[in-house]
Amino acid sequence: MNTLELDNVSIVYRVGGFKDIGLKDYVIQKIKGTYDCRDFYADRNISFSLQLGDMLGIIGSNGAGKSTLLKAISGIMRPSEGKININGVVVALLELGTGFDDELTVKENTFLRGALLGYTRKFMNERYRDIIDFAELEDFENRPFKYLSSGMKSRLAFSIASFVQPDILILDEVMAVGDGGFRRKSEDKTREIIAGGATTILVSHDQNQIREMCTKILWLDKGHQVAFTDDVQGAVNDYEEFLESGNIEKYAEKYGGKTGGQY
Amino acid sequence: MIKSLKLKLSKDRFMFAELVKRDFKTKYKGSMLGMLWSVISPLITLLVMSVIFSRFFGNKIEHYTIYLFCGNILFSYFNDATNYGMTSLLWNAHIFTKINVPKYLFLFAKNVQAMINFGLTLCVFFIFCAIDGVPFTWKYVFLIYPICMMILLNLGIGLILSALHVFFRDVAHLWPIFSMLLMYASAIFYDVRQFEPAFQKLFLCNPVYQNIKYFRLIVLDGTIPSVWYHLMMLGTVLLFLAVGGIIYYRYNWRFLYYV
Repeated sequence: MNTLELDNVSIVYRVGGFKDIGLKDYVIQKIKGTYDCRDFYADRNISFSLQLGDMLGIIGSNGAGKSTLLKAISGIMRPSEGKININGVVVALLELGTGFDDELTVKENTFLRGALLGYTRKFMNERYRDIIDFAELEDFENRPFKYLSSGMKSRLAFSIASFVQPDILILDEVMAVGDGGFRRKSEDKTREIIAGGATTILVSHDQNQIREMCTKILWLDKGHQVAFTDDVQGAVNDYEEFLESGNIEKYAEKYGGKTGGQY
Repeated sequence: MIKSLKLKLSKDRFMFAELVKRDFKTKYKGSMLGMLWSVISPLITLLVMSVIFSRFFGNKIEHYTIYLFCGNILFSYFNDATNYGMTSLLWNAHIFTKINVPKYLFLFAKNVQAMINFGLTLCVFFIFCAIDGVPFTWKYVFLIYPICMMILLNLGIGLILSALHVFFRDVAHLWPIFSMLLMYASAIFYDVRQFEPAFQKLFLCNPVYQNIKYFRLIVLDGTIPSVWYHLMMLGTVLLFLAVGGIIYYRYNWRFLYYV
């Protein structure tokens, strides 16, 4: 059974100078005809499906539409065309520190962040100790967050997130945090979550990580789907060659995909 | 199906409670003094108004301090709830652009805070009524109606404002000005009966005044407003809630383009 299925999904993003303006600017710009709000296809006609236990790596250069695609799968954005079918609970770890507030203490932030991640209160009460222990912040529980070092903050962020039990896990470059010992610990923990049986989607700029962990590859180029294949090594090899040569057409032809035009 | 819905609800409730706590703690920085201040500050306004305006209106209106208080307490609640609520969506943009959360929760959390302040001031209000010798009657039970209407009105207007604030940033400057004008049109310290009857009806277009009048009728006159009056208030509130709800529903997926 497919846990995740994307059928011809296109996602529009709005760009232009319409952000951060006031009512006054809006009226003036409308009268002068300079109001700037354009639709921009961040992703076009993406189709693929994943099964239980799959680990998908998404590759592509900046502006390929990777992050937007993740946002659509996690329900933050809605596809403008096409359909996304999801069986199960999606947890997206797009940014580990989202929701932390500098004025709150470590304990308060842990509960807030846990709530935002979709944990229940019962779960948080049971796991709170484990989270703090894993983050090695036993002595800082009641300290305001703003007095923590950035390393401590990311340790806590990782630790809270590491207790997720999703059916579909979405990771955006958040594999390992901290220094030395904690880095290894967090890497191991991430592998443990992935091995836990979930379907995982990973965006990473570290090709080695993708080679090592992924079972399928989605290659995006300026919003177009160049390739979707389970030949991970072959696709990453081709991707690395493309990064050298810049000739995208050749690979699109090879995989029967589309491109956003020559570089 | 029902089980998963129940789980979703309990998760949302937990999230909501944590957001309320966060807003509370960041506002008062954990000090009780901060909370006390939000009760004292409307009382100081009341004191100043009472000293000044008693000279002009005091001998024409019975229990003038309570008359003032009715207006003050409801208007400060409206003012607090809408002004805090207005910024709730934009200020939480860093969350809803990264996590899939029901966006109205941010506004509701802010409203809880204003509601608590209102509740505390309401206690002081009743103490004042007792001191001033206003008779307590069973009709006070009816005050629940305008209180509920105020809560819903503030939510409705908060929905509209918080969305507008995402689209147009200067709403943050325009609303306090409008809100001040509305205060002068709420007959807080004067009596609308000084105007011609036709003009008096115009005051009822102001939803805050509808509630202030209700409060005064119960507390000072001991009369319960007509069924029509109740329906008018309900209609007004539903209108604002509907407009706010439709905006949130339609723009739910588009808010993130603007931040």
